[in-house]
Amino acid sequence: MSDTRRITLIVNGRSRTADVETRVHLADFLRQSLGLTGTHLGCEHGVCGACTIIVNGRAARSCLMLAVQANGAVIETVESLGDIDALSPLQKAFSEHHALQCGFCTSGMLMSLEAFLRANPHPDVAAIREAISGNICRCTGYQGIVEAALVAAAERRGAA
Amino acid sequence: MQRESVKPAPFIYHDPQSRADLHDLLARLENTKLLAGGQSLMPMLNMRIVAPDHVIDLNKMPGMDGIAIGGDHITIGAMTRQANLHDSPDIKEHLPIMIAALDHVGHFQTRSRGTIGGSCCHLDPAAELPALCSLYDAEFDVSGPNGARKVAAQDWFQGYLQSALAEDEVLESIRVPLWPAGATYGFSEYARRRGDFAIAGAAALFAWRFDATIDRAAIVIFGVAPDPVRLRELERDLIGRRLDGEAIHTSAVAAKRIEAMSDPYVSGDYRRRLAGIMVERALTAAAQRAEMAA
Repeated sequence: MSDTRRITLIVNGRSRTADVETRVHLADFLRQSLGLTGTHLGCEHGVCGACTIIVNGRAARSCLMLAVQANGAVIETVESLGDIDALSPLQKAFSEHHALQCGFCTSGMLMSLEAFLRANPHPDVAAIREAISGNICRCTGYQGIVEAALVAAAERRGAA
Repeated sequence: MQRESVKPAPFIYHDPQSRADLHDLLARLENTKLLAGGQSLMPMLNMRIVAPDHVIDLNKMPGMDGIAIGGDHITIGAMTRQANLHDSPDIKEHLPIMIAALDHVGHFQTRSRGTIGGSCCHLDPAAELPALCSLYDAEFDVSGPNGARKVAAQDWFQGYLQSALAEDEVLESIRVPLWPAGATYGFSEYARRRGDFAIAGAAALFAWRFDATIDRAAIVIFGVAPDPVRLRELERDLIGRRLDGEAIHTSAVAAKRIEAMSDPYVSGDYRRRLAGIMVERALTAAAQRAEMAA
């Protein structure tokens, strides 16, 4: 038994159409069908935050949505932020403030903070800690991540 | 198509877009699961804790979300996202306790999809929103192929993860009666990590007389027993009294007497002890809010 549907969605500014099995969650679809492996999968029950992406402007767990539910949606993944030659301000701040070590949680951290900073251009440390409380890092610790978020927020304000 | 590793067991997906279609599916299909925000059901599907033959997605259903203010009540559509409740000026004005509670419901990345109806149908013992429904004696509006009915909060909770919703019914909306102006609230919960399931929590509402004695009280404890627990006897005893240190202490002692769940991580004794502390904190916050308003 295979229940499939054709879906069309915008991923990182590009329209994509694909046939998906309806039971496939959005993170697996992004990684396996579209090859966007920047989105990581840790716990697959919404706790670790590694798979966080932006769906229609809001941060969400891509493991807790079916791909078929993203039909018509606008999706942003970590691949939308920048690349190795042109990092986004947030990525650059992560690099400069030792906000990552193994990097597994980083894509989720970046996408949570990307959504958070868009809505909160003037965050304080407490608000940043709250924003990443749903993203678990098990090696670097959070201090560098909080510092990077503060720096990125300031840079974004300057650039705006 | 590329071969994919899939986590949920196979099911047929349905996304009805009208009441007639939804009720038809509910009448016709067996072993179904209704998919609202997915923040509880999707983990259970991914881990194959549940393996329904059919998943009925409510996300395309018209008219199931939104907040409507009546004279003495507020009606919240079952598919209203937790994030939208959190950001709503109407909720801030009429149900500020809900915003305090929502701060503890997962994280902003899960509240973006999680719904109040989903929380109230999944009924995790630690869930904050169902506890508020119990606190307010809310009314649950459900519909199904055999018509609509209303379920009182005290009948809604049927034990661990079990609501009064029948297999072929869907929760449409929740009607929350409002308390008089001047009523104050307190909310407190304890979890090991931010956003985790609460080990214990308490919420309280007080309406006041002109002489600052209690006119009406409601106190609920969640996370401790399978269902939210109202302390109705205590609520009656508090009427006419001041919410002073002695009354708060009496309440905390009463809270420690409720039946508590025990699991390999948290003993019933510890849950009961925490229940007392949560009630103490919630009542202290309610008393402070009343003082500030006076």
